[in-house]
Amino acid sequence: MALTRIFRATAFKLTLAILGVSAIGAGLVLAIVAWQVVKVVDAETRQTIEVEAGALVDQYERGGIRRLGAVIEARAREPGPTIYLLTDGVGEPLAGNISPLPGDVLSSQDFVDTPYESLDGRGRGRRALARVFLLPGGFHLLIGHDMGDRARIGAVMVHALATSLIFLAGLAALGALFVARRVLTRIDAMNRSAHAIMGGDLAERLPVSGSGDELDRLAIGLNQMLARIAELMSGLREVSDNIAHDLRTPLTRLRNHAEEALRQRRDDADYRAALERTIEESDGLIRIFDALLMIARAEAGRGQMSVQPFDIGAVVSDLAELYEPIAEERGFALSLDVAPDLALVGNRELVGQGIANLVDNALKYGAMESGGDRAVSVAARREGADIVIEVADRGPGIDQDDRKRVLDRFVRLEGARSHAGSGLGLSLASAVAHMHGGHLALDDNAPGLKAILSLPMNGAVT
Amino acid sequence: MRILIIEDDRDAAAYLVKAFREAGHVVDHAADGVTGYDLAHEGGYDVAVVDRMLPKMDGLSLITALRAQGNETPVLILSALGQVDDRVKGLRAGGDDYLAKPYAFSELLARMEALARRRPKGAPEDTVYRIADLVLDRLSHKVTRAGEEIVLQPREFRLLEYLMQNAGKVVTRTMLLEHVWDYHFDPQTNVIDVHVSRLRAKIDRDFASSLLHTVRGAGYMIRDGAH
Repeated sequence: MALTRIFRATAFKLTLAILGVSAIGAGLVLAIVAWQVVKVVDAETRQTIEVEAGALVDQYERGGIRRLGAVIEARAREPGPTIYLLTDGVGEPLAGNISPLPGDVLSSQDFVDTPYESLDGRGRGRRALARVFLLPGGFHLLIGHDMGDRARIGAVMVHALATSLIFLAGLAALGALFVARRVLTRIDAMNRSAHAIMGGDLAERLPVSGSGDELDRLAIGLNQMLARIAELMSGLREVSDNIAHDLRTPLTRLRNHAEEALRQRRDDADYRAALERTIEESDGLIRIFDALLMIARAEAGRGQMSVQPFDIGAVVSDLAELYEPIAEERGFALSLDVAPDLALVGNRELVGQGIANLVDNALKYGAMESGGDRAVSVAARREGADIVIEVADRGPGIDQDDRKRVLDRFVRLEGARSHAGSGLGLSLASAVAHMHGGHLALDDNAPGLKAILSLPMNGAVT
Repeated sequence: MRILIIEDDRDAAAYLVKAFREAGHVVDHAADGVTGYDLAHEGGYDVAVVDRMLPKMDGLSLITALRAQGNETPVLILSALGQVDDRVKGLRAGGDDYLAKPYAFSELLARMEALARRRPKGAPEDTVYRIADLVLDRLSHKVTRAGEEIVLQPREFRLLEYLMQNAGKVVTRTMLLEHVWDYHFDPQTNVIDVHVSRLRAKIDRDFASSLLHTVRGAGYMIRDGAH
């Protein structure tokens, strides 16, 4: 894997950024720790000085300046960080382990940070935290503590900071390389799959590592999308295969009629009749074609058609009114029962076509050969979250075994062949129902057929 | 009528030009969207036929552009896309009617004639339609023939109203279904014919002359039988 690709990877940059931020954080932590340590050391130093001063003042009170001088001389000889300086009123040194200090240091009342020089010549330029105590009799007693420890602590901290920063930088680079490489490997694998799919291998899917991380979730989501697309495509292919197959028959018929008219010499009237028949046949073909396209669109799923709320009760009433004269002409009693306030979100044209198909079917096939009761009832009502449209007749009905089959395209039962029809009416009604998230069921009306179209009120939206 | 045909398919355009000329109309033809737009923009056409898919400028953009220019020439969209939603899109773009290919020429002609006689926007519409002795009052919803009142159902009234609005012109079954019932689907059966024959029984049966005629292979027409 080329390094430039890794450097350009988002994961690499992100990792670097995170480690940069943590380096700054580490520096801050170290600085705070160092500051706190120095504070504690200072406080301890001050306390030690105070205690020391108390003891020395006690010696002075008991034995005067001579005794104090002797004690200081004794202590000053011991090696250690403590410095002593005892002077008289004008600043002349009487005892101690450091060279005389300037007057302003001796006259200060509080702790001072002062440079000093020890008498044993252990070094120059040292600094100490010191306090001057005024003794009765005008003597000045300075007690201090060398600050070399504090400086050493600071140095240790700076060193620790530098080391940890170098260490962190190394870690950052390594971590970024590792993470970027790992993510890039997986993204590359996904990319290869995507290219394979684009290349035509529609069964290919993006690799899922099984770790359940966000890349896996993305891959799973994309795979589900691919599966849905494949499903739609196979559906579409099936539909186009069906269309090709089912249009062949009427096309052949059309061609045969035209050929037949040409085969023998006839008069103009015959040609005219043949042409009119040809136009009629092609109109039939167009209708079948339109119905098939409509079914295909409806089956392709929701979101393919614009939907809006409309009063389905009014549609049902309109359709009953539209078919009423033809029902009367054919001797049917058409009854209508529509509940008020039936609002549906859907495609009014398609739902209208679906219901019209059901009513049309009832008026075509809903009568017994032997006569009997000629009645078609159309009802619309609410059942829970569904709107139910029922179209029932008193005809021969459909056998239990055939009820599912007649919903398929181009299925026409034996008794139906005497009527003009394409065998698409129920398929379309069923496809429209599916598109609206509902379904079409066929039931026994004892006697007769009851077609029940259930449409969820908001089915087309969700 | 002066008709503008904007259609890129040469055969289809030649067929339309010939058929409209035979029907006695003046026809111009444009083979692409831009030429079509220029011709339509010059104005003077009673109605235009626009194919949806055109080179250089598609049909819907052309109509939108015309409407944006304040050009109100009635437009019928001709399209190979017959789906319900395509129709809605076409009308929303500013088209006045929509016909899916393939179509019957009689259907196209009837729709074009109905469009061409539309009044300009804002012009008052007649409140009373008269054909011979048949009078339809759109305000009082009363219909009389030779002074006798004829009682019509609301739908029958709208059917007659639409026919009289297009008096002397052919009105097809799908036009009736669209305008009187507001549906654009295939009713499978000759439902419209039965409605028309009911209406005919009410307005013609008891009178000497028939006004509501069937035009074979096309649709219906209401006109004064004496002429």
